[in-house]
Amino acid sequence: MTNLLLATVSADAGLPLGITEGGSWLLRNVWLIPFLPALSFVGILTFGKRMPRGGSELGIAAVGIAFVLALLTGAAWVDHRDNSHDQEVHVAVVAVDDAGHGEESGEAHGGGHPSLAVQRTATWFQAGGMEFSVGTLVDGLAVMMLVVVTLVSLLVHVYSTDYVHGDRRYTHFFAFLSLFSASMLLLVVSENTLQLLCAWELVGVCSFVLIGHWWEEKPNSDAALKAFLTNRVGDMGLLVGVTVLFFAAGSALPGRFGSFSIAETNALASSGMLSHTALLVASCGLMAAVMSKSGQFFLHTWLPDAMAGPTPVSALIHAATMVVAGVFMIARMYGVFFEGFQIGGSSINLMAFIGGLTTIVGACLAFVQRDIKKVLAYSTISQLGYMVMALGVGAWTAAVFHLFTHAFFKACLFLGSGSVAHAVHSFDMKSDMGGLRKHMPHTYRTFMIGTIALAGLPPLAGFWSKDEILVGTGGWGLLGGTGGNGAYTLMLGMGMLTAALTAAYMTRCVYLTFFGEFRGHGEPHESGPRIIVPLWILAGLAIVAGFLNLPTGFQLAPGSLQERFGHYVEPVAGYFPAISHATPSWSLAIVSTLVVIGGIAASGYYYFVKLEVASKAAGTSLTELADGPTTRYPLAAMGYKLLDNRYYLDHLYNGVIADGTKGPLARLANRINQQVIDRTVNVVGETAVKAGTVVYDKIDQLVVDGAVNASGRASSGMGEELRKVNSGKVQSYAAILFAAATVLAGLLIVIV
Amino acid sequence: MLLNQFLLLSAVLFAIGVYGVLARRNGVLLLMSIELILNAVNINLVAFGAFQATVGGEVFALFVIAVAAAEVGVGLAMVLLLYRSSRTIDLTTVDRLRG
Repeated sequence: MTNLLLATVSADAGLPLGITEGGSWLLRNVWLIPFLPALSFVGILTFGKRMPRGGSELGIAAVGIAFVLALLTGAAWVDHRDNSHDQEVHVAVVAVDDAGHGEESGEAHGGGHPSLAVQRTATWFQAGGMEFSVGTLVDGLAVMMLVVVTLVSLLVHVYSTDYVHGDRRYTHFFAFLSLFSASMLLLVVSENTLQLLCAWELVGVCSFVLIGHWWEEKPNSDAALKAFLTNRVGDMGLLVGVTVLFFAAGSALPGRFGSFSIAETNALASSGMLSHTALLVASCGLMAAVMSKSGQFFLHTWLPDAMAGPTPVSALIHAATMVVAGVFMIARMYGVFFEGFQIGGSSINLMAFIGGLTTIVGACLAFVQRDIKKVLAYSTISQLGYMVMALGVGAWTAAVFHLFTHAFFKACLFLGSGSVAHAVHSFDMKSDMGGLRKHMPHTYRTFMIGTIALAGLPPLAGFWSKDEILVGTGGWGLLGGTGGNGAYTLMLGMGMLTAALTAAYMTRCVYLTFFGEFRGHGEPHESGPRIIVPLWILAGLAIVAGFLNLPTGFQLAPGSLQERFGHYVEPVAGYFPAISHATPSWSLAIVSTLVVIGGIAASGYYYFVKLEVASKAAGTSLTELADGPTTRYPLAAMGYKLLDNRYYLDHLYNGVIADGTKGPLARLANRINQQVIDRTVNVVGETAVKAGTVVYDKIDQLVVDGAVNASGRASSGMGEELRKVNSGKVQSYAAILFAAATVLAGLLIVIV
Repeated sequence: MLLNQFLLLSAVLFAIGVYGVLARRNGVLLLMSIELILNAVNINLVAFGAFQATVGGEVFALFVIAVAAAEVGVGLAMVLLLYRSSRTIDLTTVDRLRG
């Protein structure tokens, strides 16, 4: 960066950020949406116990209004995106070097007029001459997240009124659901990274509290602690990333110390004005945060354990919203990641690799679970890996679209599993479920819709978003349909493999839960309307959500209905890197569908054909074949053992890392404790006793007590004297009055 | 104009009034002494007003007279109540608020 010149706030000299401070009332006052649940959190904690429905009505009302506001904001954004693109305000004072680096951003986007995000800030606090702001940055991404979070939160609230009915901490549960909604909504509208960090921590706290909702049982509180501590590891990365970006932006902005502003940082990164080293360090730090929050390999181990929480919490926090905070953060800071990991090139970067690995690792683990929620938890990990992989290969819209569709069908599946567990009082598929399709027709149908959407069969939501990611890898050179940000053939292979695995493990899960004969006790019943209705709403969305982003060039729909999601959600602005889009192809869609069908067929053959026959022969409902692949092939058995032990990652963390550091640390701490701290404490104590004696004898007895006694005697004596003045005779008072007036008059004359 | 004479008269009246307030034991006489003090002030006000050729002094004096009438009303009522409760209007015997 040579020869800095100070460009002031003007349209042609500053860096185009793609930000306006205008916009409709709804877009400028979007803070109301997180504010409402925050208000309801306080309200529920204060009055909840005294309300007829334990505070749940307050939470539902707040989230319901927030949902309506979010929908209106979405409509306002659609209008804003189409109609206002000539009132950009450059809030930054930006350095521009000789080469005119700053000019190249913002204009490089092909197609479509620029989108203007609506930003509004207020001063949060001032320290050391720096002004820290708090505010809202509303663009398509934020609006989409607002709608998803409020919708799923609303449905989960309604569902919970039945699911945790009669719970001893019913009010407390709804209070923290409200706090969670508020924090998550605050996160998605964050204008700067500092605010994002705070909201990030807040959702972490809510997750901790809600996982440990039934903390009386040790595994639950352990799971809550594990989630919290694993997230601490990533949060360190977030802190490092935010700090590095703050100072990196400061070095590029003349006259400014640093900047937390997301738009500014992204714009600076996109225009090549930040050093690549700083961006790489920041990206790696932020990636660590993503790995912990969004359950990426190898910090994913907390997510399956988090299933110890109530099922609505798993659906809302550990499937649809909080765990996608990491994905959202990448999408939000995409300018930084795009430059930091050089996503534009075809070389495999850390993000794409971790995402790709996670998606396979998670999918494999889902095969060996007995607990239906853990199947879904590993499936969530796998799908989050899909999103991160998509972001890693530059398929931004595909990743965000997958986030959108996944929220619906995964919430549907989780709530469905909760409905099942509500009926059979267990999450164990092998010992307590089976044959439930006859007993719970609504749960069965919605679960099937969610499963098909997750597996990715057309025309359900998962197909469109998954296929877009596969297209976005750009690794498909055959039969047309390439482009995108380089060819990531490895990622395409990983994605295809996961598609097959996903279809297979979901087939297994569906068979064990809904087919065969019932293996549990008692007679399971379908759940009530407050559980069924949210399920059907989510199932409906799982069917139709995919149509929001129909690919172009297929004549599936009129041109005005193609890629609507991408058009409204993907920013075309200075704070967003210039990414290019891949062209979809028929061949890829057909192949990926065939792969999915192959997965279903392989798994279906094992369960629906061979196992069914074996069950009939044995006269009971079996859950696995006596001579399956694991008994026949030693390699398969080893694989099973590896998966059953979750790749020994928990052993590594607890046994090797934790115990390996715990012993020496404890001995060292003991020595320090005995020899340094205790001795210091003893010396300090003895000295203090001696000093205390001296102080007592000399200072306390003589000085302090003396002063106290003397003042007492003095006031008593004075009172005795003054008593005489107070004679009760009016005339003596009058005499004093006249005397005083005379004295004052005399003084007046003397002085004046 | 002979301002001095008025001031002298006023001072004498004031002194008599103060003597009366401090020395008389009778409550009614005490009130009358207060009237003397007030009227001494009134003479001062009117005298100065006339000396400076403004009506301010007279207006002020009228106010004082009005307020004095009210004050005497309240004062006489208090003396009356005092007599009813203790059968005396000797102020030296009324010292129930003695400290």
